[in-house]
Amino acid sequence: MSNIYQWINERLELDDAIKFAKKKRVPVFYGTVWYYLGGVSLFLFAIQLVTGILLVLYYQPGAETAFESVKFIVSKVEFGWLIREIHSWSANLFILFVFFHMFTVFFAKAYRKPREMTWITGMLLLVLGLAFGFSGYLLPWNELAYFATKVGSDIAGAIPWVGEFMLRVLRAGDEVTGATLTRFYGIHIAILPGIFTILLVMHLMMVQFQGMSVPPEIEKIPEKDRKTIPFFPDFVLRDFMIWLIVLNVIALLAVFFPWELGQKADALAPAPAGIRPEWYFMFMFQTLKMIPAHVLFLEGELVGVMFFAIGGLIWFFVPFLDKKAHVGIRSRFWTWFGIFLVVYIIVLTIWGYLV
Amino acid sequence: MTKQSRRTFLDWLLRGGLTAWFASIIYPVFKYMIPPDAPELNISQIEAGTLSDFPKGSSKIIRMGRTPVIVLRKKKGDFKALEATCTHLDCTVQFKTDTEQIWCACHNGFYDVEGRNISGPPPRPLGQFNVTLKDDKVIITKKDLA
Ligand code: HEM
Ligand code: FES
Repeated sequence: MSNIYQWINERLELDDAIKFAKKKRVPVFYGTVWYYLGGVSLFLFAIQLVTGILLVLYYQPGAETAFESVKFIVSKVEFGWLIREIHSWSANLFILFVFFHMFTVFFAKAYRKPREMTWITGMLLLVLGLAFGFSGYLLPWNELAYFATKVGSDIAGAIPWVGEFMLRVLRAGDEVTGATLTRFYGIHIAILPGIFTILLVMHLMMVQFQGMSVPPEIEKIPEKDRKTIPFFPDFVLRDFMIWLIVLNVIALLAVFFPWELGQKADALAPAPAGIRPEWYFMFMFQTLKMIPAHVLFLEGELVGVMFFAIGGLIWFFVPFLDKKAHVGIRSRFWTWFGIFLVVYIIVLTIWGYLV
Repeated sequence: MTKQSRRTFLDWLLRGGLTAWFASIIYPVFKYMIPPDAPELNISQIEAGTLSDFPKGSSKIIRMGRTPVIVLRKKKGDFKALEATCTHLDCTVQFKTDTEQIWCACHNGFYDVEGRNISGPPPRPLGQFNVTLKDDKVIITKKDLA
């Protein structure tokens, strides 16, 4: 064992890598649990990679084959149901944990100098995560997904100037057809994983180089009085422990709460009641539903899209807008902005499911 | 030419060259992603079925070129054909026989049997088609051609 280690070490300098990992220390205080959220998201992404690649072995894109191939996976292939269930569950938990991670980072003001780029890359990862979900949702080619994709891409079409273009590029034509499915498949399994991986490496490198941030009030305590543990091996081992728990939870969910495959999509069938997007789009969907057909002289859809576009941009550029955070002051305004956003998302999501 | 200005000139040449080189790669990729225009199938008339396919208070969705069309027969017996794509966000509508209204399940949008948006989010009425009967065949034609 140590011979193998030495052999590799002489060539790849493992000692240095370990020294680097040991140098980073993780602060211990009431917020330490937050530091696990990013790691859990990372682990869930790894699960997506593994189960996704396994699904690719049997999945066949195309309007005539997609639904059938997913049915084949879950009914004929040994453990096919398990792989698909895990991919679906882990996809949803992935988004959930990325949201948790983002909001804890937000309220801890971790985006302040020098970590602006960590926030920006994180935001891009969230957007890509949502794109993963949106493109993956269509892949089983069932009724729900078909209409959700029609509606979702139609909303993209309402964006001023670029909407028409976006809609056609997304749908690979004017309508949602087999061509859309092929395109979404390519986006889902090649384009997104590629870009995601590059951004993820950047995000993680920044975290590793800059170390963990602590909220302003902890930062005021003199360094020697703060408690820390080494990132390696102490924190990493705890990470593993939690990942193990997460994996077990997913396995339980997969077995006891399976995702329905539903009916095959049919372009000539009317939309059934209960068309809805995945839960993480629900708050936007519900907002659009509540906006009347016309607001002043504008179409309601456009107003909704602009509302979210502006909100999203503000959230994206928070590190540059919250000037107080850089000098270690908690800005009331931004804290309330974050609280408002959390409440808004929760209330509209629940509302969306009730009506 | 001074040494300084020659250097600036070469600098710009290099930058311009790199930009052009980069653009020559991006441009085809970008263009490739835009799907080519599918020729609009110029169908202006289609047979939706025979009278017996349409008992009073029934409906059927057919395809006219690329447009789905809902053909319905009212309780009184007359026909109506409307574009089946909701003007809100593109879902396919359905005919509610009990109230003789057209319903979009996606966001609970309602149209009356003439295709006028009457409640919910749809911003515009549904597009109209003509229905004619030839013997016992139900023929749907585009409005502007009829
Ligand atoms: C490299 C990574 C990935 C690959 C190769 C991959 C591959 C696939 C394949 C082949 C399917 C179709 C089979 C099926 O519907 O069960 C699928 C579905 C899906 N994927 Fe992924 N995927 C990857 C990552 C992700 C990620 C990160 C998400 C996170 C949001 C995600 C979300 C989904 C969803 C929601 C479905 C639909 C599940 C269903 O209803 O069956 N995927 N994926
Ligand atoms: S798509 Fe018909 S009401 Fe929204």
